[in-house]
Amino acid sequence: MLERVQTERTQSDRTMIDIRDVTRSYGSFKALDNASLAIREGEFFSLLGPSGCGKTTLLRMIAGFDTPTSGSIAVDGQPMDGIPANRRPTNMVFQSYAIFPHLNVEQNVAYGLKRLRLDAGEEKRRVEEALAQVSLTGLGKRRATELSGGQRQRVALARALVMRPKVLLLDEPLSALDKKLREQMQVELRRLQQAVGITFVLVTHDQYEALAMSDRIAVMFGGRIAQVASPKEIYQRPVNRQVADFLGGMNFVKAEIVEENGASLVLDTLGFGRVRADKPKAFVRNGGAATLGIRPERLRVLWDNASAKFEVAGKVVERHYFGEITHLIVEIPGLEKPLSVTETNDFGADDIPVGAPIRLAYDPEALVAMAD
Amino acid sequence: MTAIRRLLPGWLSSYAALYILFLYLPVIFLPIFSINTAATPKFPLSGVTLQWYEDLPHTPALIDATWNSLIVGVSASILSTVLGILAARSITRYRYPGRRTINGLIMAPLVLPEVIVAISMLLVMLQLGLSLSLFTVVLGHVLVCIPYSMTVLTSGFEGFDRSLEEASADLGESAFGTFRRVTLPMVAPAIISSLLVCFTISLDEFIIAFFLTGTEATLPIYIWGQLRFAAKLPGVLALGTLLLLASFVLMTVAEILRRRAARRTQNEGGLHA
Repeated sequence: MLERVQTERTQSDRTMIDIRDVTRSYGSFKALDNASLAIREGEFFSLLGPSGCGKTTLLRMIAGFDTPTSGSIAVDGQPMDGIPANRRPTNMVFQSYAIFPHLNVEQNVAYGLKRLRLDAGEEKRRVEEALAQVSLTGLGKRRATELSGGQRQRVALARALVMRPKVLLLDEPLSALDKKLREQMQVELRRLQQAVGITFVLVTHDQYEALAMSDRIAVMFGGRIAQVASPKEIYQRPVNRQVADFLGGMNFVKAEIVEENGASLVLDTLGFGRVRADKPKAFVRNGGAATLGIRPERLRVLWDNASAKFEVAGKVVERHYFGEITHLIVEIPGLEKPLSVTETNDFGADDIPVGAPIRLAYDPEALVAMAD
Repeated sequence: MTAIRRLLPGWLSSYAALYILFLYLPVIFLPIFSINTAATPKFPLSGVTLQWYEDLPHTPALIDATWNSLIVGVSASILSTVLGILAARSITRYRYPGRRTINGLIMAPLVLPEVIVAISMLLVMLQLGLSLSLFTVVLGHVLVCIPYSMTVLTSGFEGFDRSLEEASADLGESAFGTFRRVTLPMVAPAIISSLLVCFTISLDEFIIAFFLTGTEATLPIYIWGQLRFAAKLPGVLALGTLLLLASFVLMTVAEILRRRAARRTQNEGGLHA
C-alpha cells in the first residue's frame, strides 16, 4: 500500500522524454524505424526486446551517444538536436559499468561533480549521500579493482545519481550479475527509483526484470515499438503473438471470427468451441482468421468430480517436474498443437500419470484475441 | 616407466639450470673482470679495483659517445612511441580491412636480418641525398623500435573499454577533459613503458648505428672501436657492465609499467566479476 502511495507521488502525466518519429539507419539497415514514445516524469520505464531490436540504440540516442537519422528527441521540453552527451540532463549506468579503474570509489562518484566546482564540503556531502543511497557507505576509499560485480554496479549508480539528472538511463545493468543478486537488485532499484523520484529508463532483454520493476514497458522488435503498456497489460493483453511469446509461454489456438463489435469478439475454435474474448485496443482485423491465446498457468487441472463452467478435456502426453510447479503437455481433440499447462504441486500435479485423461478449467477472461 | 617418471623431474630441473647458466654465464664474467686489476681477463683475479670505473668520466671520446647515444635514444624513443601510439590506437580501437596485414608489416622489422635492414636503409638515405649523421641513426632506430613500442602499447590499449570515455562525457566532461582525466591516466604507464623499451633498444643497438652514423659514434660503436686495443679492455668491460645494469633496470621498470597498464584496462568491466 505504501508503495502505491509513493508511486502516485512521484508520477505525473507530464512528459519527460518525447521521442517523435525517430529513425536510425546504418546504410539500408534500420536499427530504429519510426519510433514514437512519450515517457512520463518520475516513471520507471523499460525498453524490452531481444538483442538487435533497437532498444540500446534508442537509449544511446537519448544519452547523446548516437544521433537519429530523422525524427527528434526532447528531454523535459528541451529539443536535444545537436546537444552533445556532456550537456544533456541525463546520466547513464553502462552495461560494463565503466568504473574508472584508476580512481577509487569516492573519486569515481565525484567525477562529474568536479566540473560543477562545488566547495569541498558540499561535494563531500553529496558523494556521501549518493554512496548512502546505494548502501556503499564506508567503502569510499576502496579501489575500483577491489570491488565485486554488485558493488561496481552500485558505484555506477551512485556516480550517475550524484549528478541529480532529470533522467537516469540504465543499459542492461543487471545482466552481469548472478540470478540471486539480480533479483535482489531489481527490488532495490525499484525502491531507489521511488525514493529519488527521477525518471528511470531501463533497457533489458529479460521480461521478468521488466515486469517486476517497471511502471510501463515498451516491447520492441526489429526496430519497431510493438506495444507500450503497464506490465500487467503487456502480460495479459499482448497485441500480437510475438509480444505474447516474448513475455513468457502462451498457448496459441487457431480461431475464426464469428462476430466483431466495439469491445469484444466472438470466436470459433476447435478445442475451446465458441468463445467471447475482449477485443484488444490495437486489434486490426485481418480477414476472418485470428488467434486465441491462453497462458499455461491460467489453465487449471480439475480433480475427480470437480467441474467448472468452462472446461476442456484431453489426455496428458508429457509431464515435466520443476520443483514448485509441474509442466503438463495435454492433447486436446481437435487442437493441432497440445496445450502447455503449469500447475502448482500442492495438490499432486506431479503425480498425474502420463496417458491419463484430464480436464482443464479456464476463465474466459484469460483468453486473449490476437489478429495474427 | 616409474623409474623414468621419478627421474624425469630431476632431469628437467638440471636441464633448466644448465640452460640458465649457459645463457647468463658470459654476462656474469663482464662485471667480474671489470673489477680485475690486470688488463687481461683471466682467472684467478689478480686483485680487486674500481680503477676502471673511475677512469670512465675522464675519457672525452666516451663522454661524446654517451651524449650521442642519449640524443639518439631520446629522439628515437619519443618518435617511435608517438608513431606507435597512433598505430596501436588504430589497431586496437577500429576494425577495417587490412588491419592484420598492416599490423604484420609494422611488426616485421623484428624478424628481418638487421644487417640487411641496415644496408637497405643506408642505400635509401644516400639516394635521398641525406648525409650520414645522428639524424640518420635516429631514423634507423625508429624503424627497429616501432615493433617493440607497438607490442607494449597494444597490450596497454587492448581492452580499453570505450564506454569509459563515454561515461566521462556522460558525466559532463568535455572531449579534452576526458582525454586528460580518463584516457591519459589509463594509458600513461604503457606510454612510459614504451619510451623506456625504445630507449633501451636504441642505447644498445649496434649494426644500424654502425652503418648509418657518420663521424659521430654512439656507445656501442665506441666500444667496438676500443676493442682493438688490449689495454682498453677493462674500461670496455666497466662500461659494458654499466650499460648492462642500465638496460636491466630500464626494462624491469618498463615491464612493471606495462603490466600495470594492461591490468588497468583489462580488469575493467563488471562482466568479469
